[in-house]
Formats: sequence, structure tokens, C-alpha cells
Amino acid sequence: MISPGFGLIVFFIILPFLSAIILSFTNQRLISPNPTEYVGLANYKQLLSVGVLTLDPKRNSNGAVVRDKNGALKYPRLRNFTRNNPQYPHIKGMRELFSWNVGDNQRTYILARDVVFIKAVINTLLFVLIVAPGQGGLALCLALLINQKLRGINIYRAIYFMPVVVSIVVVSLLWRFIYDYESGLLNNLLSSLTFGAFESVNWIGDTDFALGSIIVMSIWQAVGFHMVIWLSGLQTIPPSLYEAARIEGASKWQTFRYVTWPGLRNTAVLVFVVITMQAFALFTQIDVMTNGGPLDSTQSIVFQAVERGYGKQDISGGSAISVLLFVMVLCISLLQRWLTQGRS
Amino acid sequence: MAEIKLRDVHKSFGKVEVIKGVNIEIKDGEFVVIVGPSGCGKSTLLRMIAGLEDITQGTLEIDGVCMNDRQPKDRGIAMVFQTYAIFPHMTVRENVAFGLTINKIDKATRDLKVDEAARILQMENLLDRRPSELSGGQRQRVAIGRAIVRNPKVFLFDEPLSNLDASLRMDMRMEIGKLHQSLNASMIYVTHDQVEAMTLADKIVVLNDGKVMQSGSPMELYKEPANMFVASFLGAPSMNFINVEVHDINEENVTVYNPTLSPIKVPHKGRDISKKSQAILGLRPQYLRLVEPSDGILNGKVILTERLGAETIVEILLKDGKRVIAAISEDQILSNGKEIGLQFNPKQVHLFSSEDSKFLSENRK
Repeated sequence: MISPGFGLIVFFIILPFLSAIILSFTNQRLISPNPTEYVGLANYKQLLSVGVLTLDPKRNSNGAVVRDKNGALKYPRLRNFTRNNPQYPHIKGMRELFSWNVGDNQRTYILARDVVFIKAVINTLLFVLIVAPGQGGLALCLALLINQKLRGINIYRAIYFMPVVVSIVVVSLLWRFIYDYESGLLNNLLSSLTFGAFESVNWIGDTDFALGSIIVMSIWQAVGFHMVIWLSGLQTIPPSLYEAARIEGASKWQTFRYVTWPGLRNTAVLVFVVITMQAFALFTQIDVMTNGGPLDSTQSIVFQAVERGYGKQDISGGSAISVLLFVMVLCISLLQRWLTQGRS
Repeated sequence: MAEIKLRDVHKSFGKVEVIKGVNIEIKDGEFVVIVGPSGCGKSTLLRMIAGLEDITQGTLEIDGVCMNDRQPKDRGIAMVFQTYAIFPHMTVRENVAFGLTINKIDKATRDLKVDEAARILQMENLLDRRPSELSGGQRQRVAIGRAIVRNPKVFLFDEPLSNLDASLRMDMRMEIGKLHQSLNASMIYVTHDQVEAMTLADKIVVLNDGKVMQSGSPMELYKEPANMFVASFLGAPSMNFINVEVHDINEENVTVYNPTLSPIKVPHKGRDISKKSQAILGLRPQYLRLVEPSDGILNGKVILTERLGAETIVEILLKDGKRVIAAISEDQILSNGKEIGLQFNPKQVHLFSSEDSKFLSENRK
């Protein structure tokens, strides 16, 4: 009775989805002689536990603060608090995520039990926050440019759309060459444009640049796809509306503000939902280009899920990450739905 | 209020010439209807006046000022589109006030003008609605409201009623007629519907294939069409044409006949016709009367009847295989295949040259 299509959906989507939820409450490993045990929320606690610790600087016997040879304040070692310290059971086993000074010499530490995962979450959110408006906006600009009746406009459409057709793996490999430190195209280009004044940057090997480089490449790769969606939205706006605006004497900006943008509202919802979903699923670029490095600066949620599940054979941990990602994306979708419905 | 002059206006899209030298003069406060079949260039002509299309050649003057290179907003025109072109995301008030908003007119003036337009169009109760909540007629009213607020010298209407259903179309037609009387502005109205043209116009311009076929008052065009195109375009059902041969000519009359038509005398109006030449006789369906076959000038068989209540449209197959339509102003039941005769007053017919289809004989009362 069940059609083959439905059977495939059950087998490849619904069953894995349910088994991920079930496995995330166990200690299942990929290959293990030990029987699987129910562990409750332990996996989630491991992933999400964060703590705050504020420390006073070290003082000598006179009560004066101790400084190192650079003049920076010295603080007690964190591990004194996080390891075997019965006074601080809530931060047991945690490590520093980041820290900053507060008030008079005090230093506040944000601690996490699973620092890599929290970094992956932060990176992914950052990625989404930059890629969604960046890619959506750039795609709209391109769509407005190519939505003109010019000779040869289809050539431009094809050029902008081309990266979408190329596999993201191939794109990532090519961009690894472009970003290469020693002989990469980008460094050479910038260097020759500035007559050698530009100092080479290790685009994907430097913690300051790696995530940014991947963001730029990701925006470039999929911008053509969203440009086409915008373009289809633009073409549903009746030309007579533009003519009416022209007769009323609307400037270019006013035409966009009063005619084009309101006519693109449904398209905008679609574009931003799709970009957000795709951005949350950031994996291939990381896997091909940086493997999460350097120093975890390009870790992403999906990359961590795969890394845990298969790299470390920790299927339950990977499942828990997947479930958390699902919850995050669900929340954002519901929020977007609520925002877009609330206005109409 | 304004006078509009089109002088030898041409328009080409690439190599295709769509407007082939049009001259039209529109007097202050005149309601001009440009009418023609689809593809004749009438909408293009209107868009050229609006400034939405460039004028390839010739000049457009409004109040003596050449407008060829002016932006649409500087021409003192307002346009109402066939598809209404009202902004779906704005309320009626915002739509009507759109031009004022983008020209940064203060809110008090804006409200005053919008309320004034709403009063003229009797749509005060619609101002806070959105276009999706309006019927087609109401949307068109909003579009007209937006035009009124611009306070233009010339109103341009591009087939404003063709998206409305039949009954609403008649109402809106009357509304537009009243609007013209109350605003007393020059209006140019494009349509393919000859009824709209006949009822609304002070002056009709019949356009075909990018050229003006004839212009004049509705009754002038109806009674004295300059050529077969105008004759067949105005009036419904359209005029019947019968090929005839000129038998005799004298000072007052031209006698024409053909094998199925007994010789008839048509008033001669000093036109250039020679004996034995071919001509075309035009008969309006409304002027044909059904009589017994023995009394008919034309005889044939009924092949189709359409009963409209007050009127009956009869299609008659003549002996030579030609078809003729008659419109009888009463309800009649006729069986198909019935032999029938047709009578008409020879003074109410039109005669056209068979060479260039020009008008040969004028129809006098």
C-alpha cells in the first residue's frame, strides 16, 4: 500500500531523524563491544554546560597585585577551580572559552565543558548572520542589474549563475588555491595591484582571516542561485506599476522603495529562509578547506556533528549535536514565520 | 486644461514601424477616443503622449510646448491603465496620494486633495481599504482618483474598462462621461470597443495599422464613414458589403446592380464614378427590413437567428453565396432555411470604390 516514494522518505529521512533523537539520549558508539545504555540528558549537558567565574588577581603577602614582566596582572590558574575543587562543583571539568577584565583588576572567565562545540555554535551563528544579509543583498543587487532589457544580458545571467552549477567541493578546492599563502592567486593579485606593498596573508591558515575567507567564498558560490530567485520575483511585478510610478515622477530610489521592494516581499521571505537553512548546514567548505582549524576558528555545528559521530566514533554525541541544530533551525524558522505573518 | 497637437508622429520598434504619420488635434476640454482593432498602435500612441515611449519622428505639443523630450511627470498628464496599476501593498488613501507623497507634499494638503478626489468619485468609504478588498470597478476608481489628484491638463485612459465585466463596464462608462463633464479636462481615451467610443467621445479617431482612418464626431463617422474600414468598425453588428456594378449615372443618382440585386438608385454626391465600374455597397444591418421573397431587393435563406429580446440578428445566405446580417428591432422567430426577402431605403446605403475602398456616396437623411 505504501508507495515507493513514501517508503524511501521513511527509510532515509524519518527513520534517521527519529534514531538521531533516540541515540542522543544514549551512550552509543559507532563500533563498541559494550551494550548501549540510556544516559538521559548527559550528552546535552556535556555540550551545553557553560559557567562563569570571576577571579581576583594574585596578590603577594603585602596585598599588592602581582604583575608579570610585561606588567600584566597575574591570575590564579583556572584548573585550580575546575579540577578536583569541591568548592566549585558546577564548573568541574570546564575549560576557558574567553575572558575579559571587569572593574578593578578582576577578570571574568566564560567557561564551557565542550569548548569546541560552543565555538562551533558561535562560528555558525556568525556565519549565518553575515551570509544571510550579505548573500541576499548582493543577490538582489545582481538581480536588479540583470533585470534589464539589454543585448547579451543572458551572458551575464549565465556568468553569475555558473558557480551554482559547480559542485561546492570543486569550488572549495579551487578557492584553496586562490587563498594559498605562498603562491595563491589572491595574494599575488593584491601584491601586484599595490606594487608589492601588500603583505601576503595566510587567508585560511590565520585565525583572524579563516572564517572570513570561507564566508566570502560561500557568498560568492551561491549568490547566483538567489539572484535567479530574486529575478523571478522581479518579473512578477507588473510593468504598469513602474509606469504609473514614472508618470507620478518617482525617482529610482522611490521606485524601488514603493514598487519593487513591496512586490518582492514573498520572494524575500523565501530567499532569507533558504539562505539561513543553507548557512546553518555549513560543512563542505570547512571539510575541504580547513577541517575546522586553525585553532578551531572555523569549526561549524554540522562539521562537529560529523567529526564526533564518525571521526571520534561518538554517535550519541553527534546525534545530540544534530538534534540541537534541528531545534535551532526550527526556532529560527518559527520566528521568521511569525515575523512575516505578523506584518501582513 | 490644454490643447494637444500631434504632428506627423511616427514610431518604430527596430525596423517595424507601428505608427505611420499620425496628425491629431485635440481642443481644450475635448474628449477624444482613439479606437481601432488590437495591434493598430492605439496604445502605443497613447504611451507616446504619456512619455512612456519615445517619439521616433514628428512632434507632440501640449499647450504649444513641444513635449517630445520631457519626462512623463513634466508633461501635465495623468494616466489610467487597463490593469489599474494600483499598488497592492498600499491602502486606497496611500494609492491616491502616491504622487503627492513622493513629491513630499505635506500631509494636510495631501488629505485635502485625496478627500476631494474621493468625493468626486464617491469612494470616501473605501479610503482605508486595501486593493485586495476592492472589486474591479472600485480599483479602477482608485486609479482614476490617483489621476485626479495630479490635477493634470490631460487625462489619458488606456482601455480602462476592458478588465471589467459587462454590467460594470456600462456603469463605469457613464461615470467617466460624468467625470469629463464635471472636470471639464481634456481626455484621451483608447479603446477597441466601438460602443465606448460612440457614447463617450466628442471626437473619435479611428486608427488602423498605424494610420488615422478618419476622425470626427461619432455621428459623422457613423453616418459618413470615409472608407470601408471605418464603416465596418463602427456599429454592431458591422456593416454588410455587397459588390455591385455601376449601371447608370445621372446628376442625382447612381444606379447599381448585381446578379442578386435588382437595380437601385443611390444618391450621387458629385463623386468620381464611371459607368460599368465596380463598386461596393454598404448596408447597415439595422436598416434592413424582412419582407416576403417577392418584395425583396435582396433574396436569400435564413441560416442563423440570434434572439436578443429587443432585437433579432438574422444571418441570410444570398443566392450568390454571400452572407448578409440583418438586425431586426423586434423579436422574431424564423426557421432556418426559410426563404426571405430584404428591403431597405436606398438613401440609407453607402457606396465605396472597390479599388481603394473609399467612400463614394454620402448618406443623407
